[in-house]
Amino acid sequence: MIEFKHVFKKYANQVVAVNDFNIKIQQGEFVYVIGPSGAGKSTFIKMMYREEKPTSGQIKVNDYQLEEIKNSKVPFLRRELGVVFQDFKLLPKLTIFENVAYALQVIEKQPAAIKARVEHVLGLVKLASKAPAFPNELSGGEQQRVAIARAIANEPKILIADEPTGNLDPETAAGIMEILERINQQGTTVVMATHNSHLVNEYRHRVIEIEGGRVIRDQDEGRFFQDEASNF
Amino acid sequence: MKLATFKRHLIESFKSLKRNGWMSVAAFSAVTVTLLLVGVLLSVLMNVNKIAADVENDVQVRVLINRGTTQAQQTKLKNKLEKLAEVKKITFSSKENELSKVVKSYGKGFKLFGGDGNPLYDVFIVQAKKPQQTVRVAQQAKKMSFVYDAKYGGTSAKKMFAIVDNIQKWGLGISLLLLFVAVFLISNTIRITILSRQNEISIMRLVGATNSFIRWPFILEGAWTGLFGAVIPLVIVNFGYVWTHRVLSQALASTSYRLLTPGTFLLEIDALLILIGIFIGALGAGFSMRRFLKI
Ligand SMILES: Nc1ncnc2c1ncn2[C@@H]1O[C@H](COP(=O)(O)OP(=O)(O)O)[C@@H](O)[C@H]1O
Ligand SMILES: [Mg+2]
Repeated sequence: MIEFKHVFKKYANQVVAVNDFNIKIQQGEFVYVIGPSGAGKSTFIKMMYREEKPTSGQIKVNDYQLEEIKNSKVPFLRRELGVVFQDFKLLPKLTIFENVAYALQVIEKQPAAIKARVEHVLGLVKLASKAPAFPNELSGGEQQRVAIARAIANEPKILIADEPTGNLDPETAAGIMEILERINQQGTTVVMATHNSHLVNEYRHRVIEIEGGRVIRDQDEGRFFQDEASNF
Repeated sequence: MKLATFKRHLIESFKSLKRNGWMSVAAFSAVTVTLLLVGVLLSVLMNVNKIAADVENDVQVRVLINRGTTQAQQTKLKNKLEKLAEVKKITFSSKENELSKVVKSYGKGFKLFGGDGNPLYDVFIVQAKKPQQTVRVAQQAKKMSFVYDAKYGGTSAKKMFAIVDNIQKWGLGISLLLLFVAVFLISNTIRITILSRQNEISIMRLVGATNSFIRWPFILEGAWTGLFGAVIPLVIVNFGYVWTHRVLSQALASTSYRLLTPGTFLLEIDALLILIGIFIGALGAGFSMRRFLKI
């Protein structure tokens, strides 16, 4: 569950990136966050995992009231969230298996449990056979699937994806989408910022549209209305 | 902390020591030089304090008797000394006896001065009742006839203290400066580690590693640098002290002053050097984490 109440975010340079957001996302929803570049999508998303703090307003994520929790609690908030980015953020010197296992090691999971869990999530993203390979031996789409596997390794309640298909061709993007859908069907909330009108129109879900730091639309089963050709 | 986690931190810290190569060597050398100086300085300082305490407890005044003084005159002098209220006990030591003490502590070369060539004096060794009284006993003895001079322990020791005091001040200043340099070099080395691992650190944070988990490898890296930097100073100070102690003890044999015996003293110094090493290592790590690991 994610809830924003009168949330504002003003950066040090006086840019108001998020202007009075009032949004509630229930557990198990799939939500697109769309809008032009610079609209405030990333800022909105970053406040969910407390990469950024709101200037004012209240944010609740699962059982955490974000404007109240101490910095020392943030790691525990993040263990309940998975985050995926446009640029994958894999460690080049580790194998695919190690990249996923890494996320569990650094939160001190039992070594015995880690192996089974990594094998399971690599199976989910259909990359079990690539476990011993290194990231540079994989295509972009495959690397993003590894990043997703890593994000869901700790069984988060919420998966947050900031333009996860931004660097991928349409076909590969569709493959990523299938995986996110499957994860969502298992009960995980998915919040995905995207420019990709094809995906939004093909896989219908709630759409939150932002422009200039304001929510201009919040619609179930929404479509991507912008000049679609320019986005692809 | 779980054992697996600790093992992981250990491996990480060693990896980055190795990866930082010459930077690690520079930091390590700075610690070595610093601790060497601190070790030598501490040894001198603690022994000077010990001897100062010996001097303070010293009740002995050496009354040198004029050459050619007859037996009767000596007895008269002795009686006069005995009458002083502060005096507890008087023993006589002939110049031959004095020479044999010198030979014992400084070597056989001094035997040349035996017989008529003996440059030393017959001596009354006068024990005062309390250490503070030595000065008065010496002053009064000096005024008596047949007395060439009267010396109490403090005379030469005081000169030595003035010199050592200077050494201490300078040494302390230089040590502090070196300590500073060592901390700076360590913090710089660890900064390199942190920068080269930005990627990993941001991922660790993203997936929910705690701050202490992220910090541990860096603190350990600093601590290793300090600990390994202490090894060479430890060896030098230990062997050096045992050797110096042996040589100087012979020289001091005829006096009532004693250096600290190597056993427990060296254990203390060793422990202190190791602690200082680890401390400056961790301090260096702490500095770079404050500046470069914004958590
Ligand atoms: N760290 C920052 N400091 C200052 N301004 C920022 C920062 N991050 C983003 N902004 C500004 O906030 C606005 C929203 O940015 P962002 O949330 O990244 O938008 P989007 O993800 O929709 O492209 C933009 O005007 C951007 O320049
Ligand atoms: Mg963005």
